[in-house]
Order: sequence, then structure tokens, then C-alpha cells
Amino acid sequence: MAKKTVNTAPSQDAMGVAVAPPKHSEWRRFARIFFGRKLYLIGFIIVVILILTAIFAPLIARYDPVTNDLPNKLQGPSTEHWLGTDQLGRDIYSRIVWGTQISMEIGFAAVFSSALVGILMGLAAAYFGGIVFAIIMRITDALMALPGIILVLLIAGLGGRGIGVVIFALAFGNIAGMARMMCGQALSVKQNDYVMAARSIGMSNWRIMWAQIFPNAFPPLIVGLTMGIGGVVLGEAGLSYLGIGVPAPAPSWGGMVMDGQGYLLQNPIISLAPGVAIMLLVFGFNMVGDGIRDAIDPRLRGVL
Amino acid sequence: MTAYIIRRIFIGLIILLLVTMLVFLFVRLLPGDPLMVFMGNYSPSSTINTMTAAEHDALMHKYGLDRPIWIQYGDWLNQVLHGNLGKSLRIGQPISELIGERIGRTAYIGVIIFFITTFGGILAGVYCALRRGTWIDNTITTIANIGMTVPVFWFGVLLIYVFGYKLGWLPFFGWRDPWEDFGYSCLYLIMPVASVALGGIAGMARLVRSCMLEVMRTDYVRTAWAKGLSERVIVVRHQLKNAMIPVVTALGGTLGMILGGSIFIENVFSIPGMGRLMTAAIFDYDYQIVQASALIFGGIIIFSNLIVDIAWGWLDPRIRLA
Repeated sequence: MAKKTVNTAPSQDAMGVAVAPPKHSEWRRFARIFFGRKLYLIGFIIVVILILTAIFAPLIARYDPVTNDLPNKLQGPSTEHWLGTDQLGRDIYSRIVWGTQISMEIGFAAVFSSALVGILMGLAAAYFGGIVFAIIMRITDALMALPGIILVLLIAGLGGRGIGVVIFALAFGNIAGMARMMCGQALSVKQNDYVMAARSIGMSNWRIMWAQIFPNAFPPLIVGLTMGIGGVVLGEAGLSYLGIGVPAPAPSWGGMVMDGQGYLLQNPIISLAPGVAIMLLVFGFNMVGDGIRDAIDPRLRGVL
Repeated sequence: MTAYIIRRIFIGLIILLLVTMLVFLFVRLLPGDPLMVFMGNYSPSSTINTMTAAEHDALMHKYGLDRPIWIQYGDWLNQVLHGNLGKSLRIGQPISELIGERIGRTAYIGVIIFFITTFGGILAGVYCALRRGTWIDNTITTIANIGMTVPVFWFGVLLIYVFGYKLGWLPFFGWRDPWEDFGYSCLYLIMPVASVALGGIAGMARLVRSCMLEVMRTDYVRTAWAKGLSERVIVVRHQLKNAMIPVVTALGGTLGMILGGSIFIENVFSIPGMGRLMTAAIFDYDYQIVQASALIFGGIIIFSNLIVDIAWGWLDPRIRLA
């Protein structure tokens, strides 16, 4: 692994901010650790492939995912239908490819929106402390007292059917965790002298929060965000399995597992293949998250 | 310690109150008409109405749904405090009866999964940490990494396919109460328990392993070795006891995962428990049942977190003063 690193060009740090030419590029150190372990590399490749699949689904899928073809229902794998067809004659391979797009959309949208709200709550709680801290923490306690899936189930189940509701429900289920994580990080960053310095020169609360605390508290959160995508996709699959997620006939992985459960004897692939796709996605994002954690937190390097 | 426990109980009660508010608000503020129960299954886009506006208003009035939401909340809370969870609009049966019939099953399965997860996870994690880097450690760690990604419901379906259809060893789905026919009931228990326990053991094993490795690098463990203590004493008294502190904290989360998992396995295997009651109620828009069951799930978690907090204070005296 030891490479001759002669790096003199100006480079960028993980936040994309230009930094003075360092002796050892921070970015290169990150890449060395991140790509240095086979599992992380595999996870990274899986994630890249799945993202490309989601973007280019119309090109990769071989059939329309929602058009029925009853004469060809419940077929086994063949050169025509690589993974066979489901109970309505739809091509399972094409449905899984399109399902990647749906899962990714929901995953990114829910994690992004929950991060937005959670970060605001966490920052406010950590920065202002006192009563603001107490109120926000008790709210997160209450949100976390309901097992995540039950909260999501409540909102998605009673909020009506549609992808928007699913995203809202999953995002809501994630907010408390995000706020907690942000708060924890921000509390430790707040202790630094440069925060006190910023206050002493009369910087506004808002600017201290965003310009001083946030950029320094954020990197560890990237780990949580990455793993959050896997968690959200699992949650979406669960909702769709229960029939309160993405409405039929849209191809969602969880819905496909449910569809196929009644046809396990005729064609088990209907149920089993989408589960493998879910696992690949979650595994990929978990590994990327692990890799980022190892690379940015030297304390944990090599322990896990 | 007493002051610490009292403070924890007080915070627990506040959280429980917040949970009742959250649940009530969610159920009432989300779109959807609670009277849909009388019009068949809930469907937000449905334009078919089987009653006139006047009949609708009369029913709203009869169930007190036309009053301001805070008054409704106050009434409900008052009822709940008196041990009355209300009546199901759809089935017409008192909810405490409905829940009473089912909660035993969910608790029975949950407790079994909890013990299997905890002991299995701790054993696997400690073993991996002590034999770090060997092929057994690598195998178990890899399995755990994969096990964490397996969706509970999918694993249930896979088990049904393999052990139900292909091998024919176990019944596909259904349930027998253990107090009726214990031996027979165990057959129905294996697959649901395995579905949830896989992910649970995987997560627990990973956590225990990393906590153990953390502790193994500390100075007091090195001192213990230098003193010439036996490996057994070091592992059990020095390492395990200290590694358990974060693990105990995680137990609350484990319980949440088990309760969440019960919703899935009860649907996959058609087990008449709390999870199935709740999902069915969500489909039927039987809001009274939804409120009551969410409250019970929340209450269980809050109570167990309280126990965890107390156990934590007992394990680590520094916590009590925080």
C-alpha cells in the first residue's frame, strides 16, 4: 500500500475548501484509508453501480416495469427474462432496475430533508443550551421512544398513499437521530477557543453557528448520513411490504417481496431477488459509511 | 442513587406525556377521516360516500370529533389515566380487551428474541474480540455485516420458502399459543424468532466486539496482565464488565428493534399479536386502536429505557452525578 507520495499541488479538503499546499494531502490520506480495505472498496463499487443503475434505469431495464403480460406470467429465468416474470407477467429484472431508482430517490430525499431539520435542531440545542436544549432533547426523546418503524408507520399509514408521504414519514423518523448526532458533535466543537474568540469579536449567534461550529461539527455526521440512506431504504421496503409504502403498480422492492409471497412455489425469485437488491444497497452504504468513519476519525481506525 | 432514580422516573413520565401528545396529534392531524370506518376501507382519493353530510356531522358529534383538538386530547388522556383505552369504532369491542388478547403473544416472542439476541450477540462479540484476526473472527464479522442488512420480512419469506416449502420441516405460517400446546407451539415460533434475531445478533455482536477491543487497549487491562492475573479473571472482571456499559445502553435500542420487527413478523407469519392489530387498524383507519397501541409500544420503550438508565447508574457511578 505504501506509495511514494510527492504532492506539491494545491489541493482541497473534504469540505471542498481550498487549503494551502500541505505536506501530506488530507484528501489523499482519506483515500488511502478509504480504499485501503477491501470491504470498503466493495461497498463503494456497489454504491456507484447502484447510483448509475438508478440514473440510467430506462436504458438498463429491458421491459416496461408496469405493463402486464399475462400470457407470460410466472416464468422462470430465460434469455428473454433474465430473472423470470411475476404473477402479472412483468419482467422481474426490469422491475428491480426501476426499483433502484425509486429506492434511491426516497433514500436521498428523506435523508437530505431530515438532515436539514435535524441539523438545525441539533445546532440550536447545542449552541443556546439551557431551556432550548431541554425542550429539543425532550422532543427527540419522545420521538425516539416510539420504535422508528412505528412512527413511520403511523405517519405513512394515516397520511394517505404516495411517494411524497413515504418520504415525509421516513424523514420524520430520522430527524431525532440527526438532531442528537448534530447536538453531540456541536457541543464538543463549542468548547473550542476559536468559538469563544468569534464571540469576543462580536460575531452574531447565527454566524458563529454556521461559520464556526457547523463546518467543524459536520464531518462525523457524513457517516450518519451515509448509513441513514441504507436505513431509510430498509424502512421504505418495509412500508411497501406492509402495503403502505410506494403505491402499486410502481416497482418497489418491498412491494415485490409481498407480491411474490403468494407465489413462492411457482416462482420464488419474485420475492427473493428484490431482497438481495435491498441487502446490496444497505450493505454498500453501510460499508461506505464505515470507510468514511475510519478515514476521518483516526481514533477508531483499525478497531472495527 | 435514590435521587437519581427519582429524577429518571420524572423525566420518563414527561417523555411519556410528550409521546401521548405526539401520537394524538399524528393520528388527528394527518389527512383522513376517522369516520371512514363506517364507509369501508380508508382511501383518501375515494369520492364514493355512503352517508349524507348531515349523517356525517351527526356521527362526528356523537363521537365528539367536532370539538377542539385540545379538548379531545384532554378527554382521551383522562380516559387513559383511568385505565380506559376506549372502544374500537369498527369492531365495537373495548380496546383493552383487544390488546389484552394479543399483547401476551407479542411479549412472549419479544422476550425470547431479546434473550437470544443479547446472549448470542455477547458470546459472538466477545469471542471475536478475543480471537481477533483469526478466520473465525473474520467469518463471524462478515456474517454480522451482512446480517445487519437483511430486511426482517424478506428473511421471514426466505425461511418460509426454504423450511416450509422446500424442506417441509416447519409450518408456513400461523400461530399456536404456548399455553395450549407447548411442543407444537414451538414449531410455529422458530421462524419468526429467527427472522428478527438474525439482525439483532449481528448488531449486538458488532457492538460488543468493538467495545471489547476498546477496553482491551486500556491501561488497567495491561496492568491486570502485568500483575499476572489469569486470563479468565481479566476477561470477565476487567474487560467484560467495562465493555458492558455501552452495551447496556444499546439494550433499549435492541428492544425497539424487536418491537419494530414484531410488526413485520406478525404480518409475514400471520401471528395475531399487537403488531398485526396495529397495522390492521391503520388500514381500517380505526384511530382509537392506533392511538392505544402506539401508546403501549411507546410506554414499553420508555419503561425499558428507565430500567437501562438505572442499570447504567448502578454500573457506572459517574453517571449518577451527571
